[in-house]
Amino acid sequence: MMLIHFELLGAGLFCLGVYGVLARRSGVMILMAVELMLNAVNVNLVAFAAFRDIPTATGQVIAIFVITIAAAEVALALAIIMRLFRSRGSVNVDQIDLMGG
Amino acid sequence: MGLAFFYIAGAVTLFGAIGVVVTRNVVYAALFLLVSLAGVAGTFVLLYAEFLALVQVLIYGGAIIIVILFGLMLTRTSEYEASGENRRWPFAALVSIGLFALLAYAFLADSALYNSSTREAISVEELGRELFEQWAVPFEIASLILIVALIGAVVIGRAAPEDDEPETGPGSTQR
Repeated sequence: MMLIHFELLGAGLFCLGVYGVLARRSGVMILMAVELMLNAVNVNLVAFAAFRDIPTATGQVIAIFVITIAAAEVALALAIIMRLFRSRGSVNVDQIDLMGG
Repeated sequence: MGLAFFYIAGAVTLFGAIGVVVTRNVVYAALFLLVSLAGVAGTFVLLYAEFLALVQVLIYGGAIIIVILFGLMLTRTSEYEASGENRRWPFAALVSIGLFALLAYAFLADSALYNSSTREAISVEELGRELFEQWAVPFEIASLILIVALIGAVVIGRAAPEDDEPETGPGSTQR
C-alpha cells in the first residue's frame, strides 16, 4: 500500500464530483457532488501527511478545517436552496436565471 | 492484508460516488453519499488517522447527511423522482475523464519520489496539541465562520416576508 494508491483514489473521487457538479440539474445533487470533491481533497491531504518522512499532524489539521467549512457550506447552501424553492417552486439550477446569463 | 482492506475501502468509496452522480432519485443519492463517506472513513483508518475517521462518521454521517435529507424533505418537488442530467452531460463526462487522466499521469510520473510504504501514526494527543498551539488562530476563525454560517442560514431560510411572494407558486408543484 503506497501513496500512489491513495492519490489515485482521491483523483477518482474528485473527478466523479466534477462530473456531478457539471452534469446534474438539481441544486441538491450539485451540493452532494461538491461534498464528494471535498472528501477527495481530504483523502489526499491525510495521505500526504501520513507518508511523509517526518511525521506531521498538519495534514489532518487542515482536513479538520475542510470538514468544518463543509458543514457551514451545506447549511448555507440548503438555506439558499429552500429560499429559492419557496420563491420559484423549483430547485432546478437551469431555471434559476434571475441575473440573466 | 492492508492492501486488501484498501481495495475494499476504495471500492466502497467509488461505488457510492458513482451512485451519487448516476442515480436519478435524490434520496437514493443522499444514501449513496453516506456509503461513499463511510468508505472515506475506512480510508482514514488505513492512514492511521483514527480521530479523523471518527469525525468523518460523526459530522458527515450524523450531521451533514441528516441536514441534506431535511433539505430534500422541505423542498420536495415532483421533479425529484427523475432529476437527471442536463443536456451538457457528455461535455461534463469528457472534462471529468480528461481531468482524471491528467491527475493520474502527474501522480504516476513522480510516484518514484514517494515510494515509501511506511506510514507514521499520529496520536490524537499530538493532533490536539498541533491544533491548539500552532493552529489556534485559524481554529478560532473556523468557530467564527460556523456561527456566522449558522446565523446566516437561519436568516436566509426563515419564513419569507410579504415581498417574497412566489412567482409561480410553490403550491402548484408541492405535494
